[in-house]
Amino acid sequence: MGLIFENGNFSAFVEGFLRTIELSALSALFALLLGFVLAAFRVSPVPVLRWFGTAWVTVFRNTPLLLLFFAVTFMLPPLDVHLDSFTAAVIALSAYTGSFVCEVLRAGINTVPLGQAEAARSLGMGFGQTLSLVVLPQAARSVISPMGSVFIALPRNSAIAGAFNVPELFSFQKVLSEEAYDIFAIFFWIALAYLAISFSINAVFSTLERRVAVAR
Amino acid sequence: MTENSAELRDTAPLVALRGVNKHYGALHVLQDIDLEIAQGEVVVLIGPSGSGKSTLCRTINRLETIDSGTIEVDGRPLPAEGRELARLRAQVGMVFQSFNLFSHKTVLENVVLAQVKVGKVAKAEAERTARELLERVGVGAQADKYPSQLSGGQQQRVAIARALAMNPKVMLFDEPTSALDPEMVNEVLEVMRSLAARGMTMVVVTHEMGFARSAANRVLFMADGRIVEESTPDAFFTAPRTDRAKDFLSKILQH
Ligand SMILES: Nc1ncnc2c1ncn2[C@@H]1O[C@H](COP(=O)(O)OP(=O)(O)O)[C@@H](O)[C@H]1O
Ligand SMILES: [Mg+2]
Repeated sequence: MGLIFENGNFSAFVEGFLRTIELSALSALFALLLGFVLAAFRVSPVPVLRWFGTAWVTVFRNTPLLLLFFAVTFMLPPLDVHLDSFTAAVIALSAYTGSFVCEVLRAGINTVPLGQAEAARSLGMGFGQTLSLVVLPQAARSVISPMGSVFIALPRNSAIAGAFNVPELFSFQKVLSEEAYDIFAIFFWIALAYLAISFSINAVFSTLERRVAVAR
Repeated sequence: MTENSAELRDTAPLVALRGVNKHYGALHVLQDIDLEIAQGEVVVLIGPSGSGKSTLCRTINRLETIDSGTIEVDGRPLPAEGRELARLRAQVGMVFQSFNLFSHKTVLENVVLAQVKVGKVAKAEAERTARELLERVGVGAQADKYPSQLSGGQQQRVAIARALAMNPKVMLFDEPTSALDPEMVNEVLEVMRSLAARGMTMVVVTHEMGFARSAANRVLFMADGRIVEESTPDAFFTAPRTDRAKDFLSKILQH
């Protein structure tokens, strides 16, 4: 029992911290891309795409994240898909978070009056142009704040990856507890690290929100 | 109007609806609609609320699909949803009751956007066209404002300029003055009259009798999804033939 950052523990802590950031950032990127595609599917005029979007959201938003981790970790290898634990974690987190992004976007799209899309279409804009040039920019204002909540939850959700062999921030706790360091000190530092990440994300979204408010 | 409808209709129609039917569930909203509109003709659609005027108007650029029949614009049947249809829609201007200006864009950007993104016109040229058109409809000074900063009458004139910027072959107006305060109705009708005088082909859903009399070649009276009466504006307003039309006119003329 001693100071928790002795014996190279500090570099392990930093490594875990960076791994959590890496995992969250990659998952955020893919979740965002996936969310946009799914939202476009859900409002598209093609029934099959709408159905697919709805099915995806229903499945992934209603399944506990832990189960998704189990699924990618244990159900893919028998199908001859072998992924390292980090990739598997990114997939589980992106698939899960993407469904929330989709629903936030869709709610935002629904706040834009139908007449806006009709005017765009009547001027000859296609589906993609109508969505990207007219509807989504107007949805942005109502989307940013709930989108912030989705992305602030992401690093916290990523802690599950620690239980699936990804040496991220939260799993650092396991290592140190086994070495019998003061449990309160360990959790204090881990909590502080998560707080730092959440605050940064919050700052980004607050800035975005101000920008959009000014740019009408 | 110097030309009369009969002369106009000697040439091939610009818009032709044949045997058009549409249902909303059990409601038969368009029933066997046959309608030909000649190049340069101004047709006013009038009739009680719920008779299908908006729906008819919106089928012409396929904002509403139809169940049976054919619709041709400039001799070509309306294509199915996709690139072809988008191209056609660019040639059919539409003006809505609620203006529907893009609220996140300035007035100028509203008129420029589709020219650049759909018409592939260079930005500088699109802006020149936009300023000319805004000048023409009398809102040149508002170019850099946002739609919410304009009066309803000004917004509707911008919406007309936005549609004109695509150089449409025909313009559809769905109750363009119904959402306006009375003192703003005329400034919009004035713009529409001058469009008609320049030879624009127009389909106008409106109850503005003054406009119909001064600018329309033909009045179509709709009731329950059918065109039940068709005549010149003067004949229609002074001597309607059907009971439905007489009844309808007596109601709108009371006010
Ligand atoms: N999207 C829709 N779904 C179901 N019914 C509709 C829809 N749009 C219009 N209707 C109905 O169709 C009828 C005709 O509507 P509309 O064309 O808007 O009439 P008008 O413009 O002459 O007032 C009305 O009874 C209306 O309630
Ligand atoms: Mg209507």
